[in-house]
Amino acid sequence: MTQIKLLLGDEAIAEGALQAGLKGVYAYPGTPSTEITEYIQHAAAARDNGIHCTWSSNEKTAMEAALGMSYAGCRSMVCMKHVGMNVAADAFVNAAMTGVNGGMVVVAADDPSMHSSQNEQDSRFYGKFAMIPILEPSTQQEAYDMASYAFTLSEAEKLPVLLRITTRLAHSRAAVRVSTAPATPVRREVADSPASWVLLPANARRKNAALTALQPRLEQLAAENPFFKVELSEKASGKGIVTCGTGYNYVMENGATAAGYHVMKIAQYPVPAEQVRDFARRCDSILVVEDGQPFLEEQLRGIVGGDYPLRGRLTGDLPRTGELNPDNVAAALGMRRTPAFAVPEGIVPRPPALCQGCGHRDVYIALNKVLADYPGAKVFADIGCYTLGALPPFCAIDTCVDMGASITMAKGAADTGLHPAVAVIGDSTFTHSGMTGLLDAVNDRANITVVISDNLTTAMTGGQDSAGTSRFEAICIALGVEPEHVRVVVPLAKNMDEITRTIREEIEYRGVSVIIPRRECIQTLARKRRKEMSKNNQQTAK
Amino acid sequence: MKKDIILSGVGGQGILSIATIIGDAATRAGLNLKQAEVHGMSQRGGEVESGLRLSDGEIYSDLVPLGSADIILSMEPMEALRYLPFLHEGGFIVTSTTPFRNIEPYPEEAVRAAFDSRERVIALDLDAITRTNAIPQSANVVLLGAAAGVIGILSPEQIEQSIRNIFAAKGEKVVEMNLKAFEIGREYGSRQ
Repeated sequence: MTQIKLLLGDEAIAEGALQAGLKGVYAYPGTPSTEITEYIQHAAAARDNGIHCTWSSNEKTAMEAALGMSYAGCRSMVCMKHVGMNVAADAFVNAAMTGVNGGMVVVAADDPSMHSSQNEQDSRFYGKFAMIPILEPSTQQEAYDMASYAFTLSEAEKLPVLLRITTRLAHSRAAVRVSTAPATPVRREVADSPASWVLLPANARRKNAALTALQPRLEQLAAENPFFKVELSEKASGKGIVTCGTGYNYVMENGATAAGYHVMKIAQYPVPAEQVRDFARRCDSILVVEDGQPFLEEQLRGIVGGDYPLRGRLTGDLPRTGELNPDNVAAALGMRRTPAFAVPEGIVPRPPALCQGCGHRDVYIALNKVLADYPGAKVFADIGCYTLGALPPFCAIDTCVDMGASITMAKGAADTGLHPAVAVIGDSTFTHSGMTGLLDAVNDRANITVVISDNLTTAMTGGQDSAGTSRFEAICIALGVEPEHVRVVVPLAKNMDEITRTIREEIEYRGVSVIIPRRECIQTLARKRRKEMSKNNQQTAK
Repeated sequence: MKKDIILSGVGGQGILSIATIIGDAATRAGLNLKQAEVHGMSQRGGEVESGLRLSDGEIYSDLVPLGSADIILSMEPMEALRYLPFLHEGGFIVTSTTPFRNIEPYPEEAVRAAFDSRERVIALDLDAITRTNAIPQSANVVLLGAAAGVIGILSPEQIEQSIRNIFAAKGEKVVEMNLKAFEIGREYGSRQ
């Protein structure tokens, strides 16, 4: 039996994985991947079948836990945004060397145009780097179908499988036909082959040779993928398009086959080179339409040869950066549209801002007040809502690079004598990647002041649980920060004197100090209140 | 038949709830639908937009192409204007006239001038309407009601049923309030 559900691409993957007999999902929240895990957290089937779905501290711990679950014979999934792949890369690449036992699917959600990210890296390069199969769905339905296909593929080839999506698929909703048959987690024998799982050089060399030898087979499997297709135009013009993922949707939106283009849609990698060569022979030229970096285009150049007329992002026929849309693809197809109306003059951008009443605001007001007296001060911030402290009216931070970099960059700067070196990091980011850096700082007695702006949640991604809530003082002290230099304040305007005094004292202290301004995120608080209100409403109604 | 709708506003104004209601109605009506949302950083008081595409045929692109939207449905007047390049020549704007002033200076004059010279605009003073009728939480549903006449591909009754479905979990009081809001919106919409 089947049923139609209106699902985000993220949710379709979650539903597909549950249907495939998933035993656990491991993830750290990150836009645009967060909703995969949240969907499983709210699914009745997950509760009934004891499916693991609580948040991990970071993407690396998530990847390793998923590999452990696979080792023990169950199907596991690990989800992250593209930059999470950097954090998990060590575990990811080596999981390709050990291989898997229970099926293991890694979902990477890329963010072309950087709607909510700091770069445009394309996760398909990671898949190629690790030499494992990569799947790339075009629609929500394919996202659903490919999830179970991915588990089957993973177990058949004994490799992790990378499922790559982009923001537009992750965060777009469409009707998906899903199975209503009850699914229970798959369980195989626990792995029992240290020769596969202990990556000593002798074992690793053997595994590396086997993985390399498997590549032609993986290429063949990409050609046999049920979602791989070639659509030949009846009005053959000699022009061809090779596309994948959401790029295919924009090609079809513009009626490419009706306009005389042959279309090849890639759904799985490594690139099926033989099929591409055949296709190229049918065409006089090829346009490559792919969302993300020119991953396919670069490989096609090698497959079809240097003289073949190949167009795409590298040739400027499509924009070199930013996400695809129906309009820039239309232009590349020679169908440029001119809108009837322009944006009227005087319309100004409305950048995001910290919410009114947010505790981070009070933290930045206090920091700015104190640091006005220290002209050489630098504030090293981190990833989260509080990155918005870079914008007016605060203009309070000097750097924001990657998860956890606030503390370690402050430490490196302090090593040169820079003072005050202040780190601003959120509670969830601190447990994600800040703790090890703090240990470095303690071991070197670095002269830094760390502000852990604790709002008791992972706010930026919508208020997920934060791994260290209620344990931050204990964690900092255990890492070696002097207990008298772990200070807690409540970021409210009425406490401004106390907050500024505390910051000043700790800047003056020559060593590692931690200030924890702690007040619940107002969005999380409001959500809790609304939930209670509707609960009360319903009780009254009863 | 197809309808492309751009929903716009400022983060937190409830445009995704409008999308959820229309989405439910469209699915029950057997229409194809694609709805691209914005999550993450842009929600923090910044401009937000969601493209909603409904059709009885196949829909390929998740994004609305330039010049193809039938309606811009906006919780904020300047945010309606930001997406004008997506509107086709005969398209409608259904918008709140209440500015959301979290930028300094807010281009009051430019916004007024742009609306003065436009046809096919249904403009509502949502602030006053929700205050007078004591439905402060339902401004977005009033706006949806005002657009009910131009959405076309779905009947007002189909949308009403979806309001019941979507708000049912929040209790009968909330359902009633939103049905009232929808009705008030429809009245304003039909007057313009």
